[in-house]
Amino acid sequence: MLAASVAAAAMVVAAPAAALASEQHPTLAEIEPEVMCLVCKTTLDQSDSAFANQERTLIRSLIARGYTKSQIKKKLVAEYGPEILAAPEDSGFDILAWWLPIAGIVAGAVALAWLAWRWSRGRRGPPEEPSTTPLGPDVEQQLDRELARFDA
Amino acid sequence: MPARLKLTGQVLAVALVGGLLGLLIWKVAHGSGETKDPKNFTLPRLNAPGNLELASLKGKVVVLNFMASWCVPCGQEAPAIEHLWRQYRSKDVVFVGVDTADASEDARAFIRKHHLTYPVVRSIGYSLWGPYGLTGVPETRVIGRNGKFTTKFPGAITHADLKRAIDQALRT
Repeated sequence: MLAASVAAAAMVVAAPAAALASEQHPTLAEIEPEVMCLVCKTTLDQSDSAFANQERTLIRSLIARGYTKSQIKKKLVAEYGPEILAAPEDSGFDILAWWLPIAGIVAGAVALAWLAWRWSRGRRGPPEEPSTTPLGPDVEQQLDRELARFDA
Repeated sequence: MPARLKLTGQVLAVALVGGLLGLLIWKVAHGSGETKDPKNFTLPRLNAPGNLELASLKGKVVVLNFMASWCVPCGQEAPAIEHLWRQYRSKDVVFVGVDTADASEDARAFIRKHHLTYPVVRSIGYSLWGPYGLTGVPETRVIGRNGKFTTKFPGAITHADLKRAIDQALRT
């Protein structure tokens, strides 16, 4: 139990440190899955085309010049356009791509919860009151006759 | 469920379906976004300072060559294009290379390697692919003096084919 807790704590501490290291000193392998090969329509790590190799050369040269991961992505966007990123940026208009699915899921969950609440309330509700509409005199007389005959 | 709420929900659902259907019809009607006439552009030049606007070339025959430095056939056709440019530049024919989906330094290296002297502009990403109906590079378009497309060459072009297309455009 103690060992598991220590391991979990170590992971919590190590994860941001690893992310920071990746941001400050990225490797080609870390960047490749996050950018596209425009010609092949796949991420860079999936492609070996001439375009992909040229893109790799550019990334390697930027790494060698000490660019951070964010700076490399920014440079790639400047060179090739925003299509070069495998995932939309989390700023500006592109942030909608991140938030709209979440908003959709939340709206769906709220709608489902509301329907479930309506459904369960309908089932638990009190039985409907019997109709209190008075019978007409003809019907009442006929009913009395029928009951009298039944009793007999 | 109150009747008004139910009705509102139904109206919203129908409006949503109608909107999506409209989008689908619009997309089918407009196809890939390719325009009938050449879409104007103003792009930075790679082998000279300043920008080049396509509309400023109206009245001349224009050869638009879409290319990229990583594209092997682009390098293969480059000598023929440069040769024809030198041959026709005094005859009111303008050649414009449009470097696309490419890194600027690589594009400049390509221009130096192939000794290109005609104007080459840089289009970032795919912004011109839709309007020009490009599916890849190289692709060459010839525009007549009237500003309309006269010939389209998807893929690498030969010296003879491009010469014929230019001569035809000069006659129109």
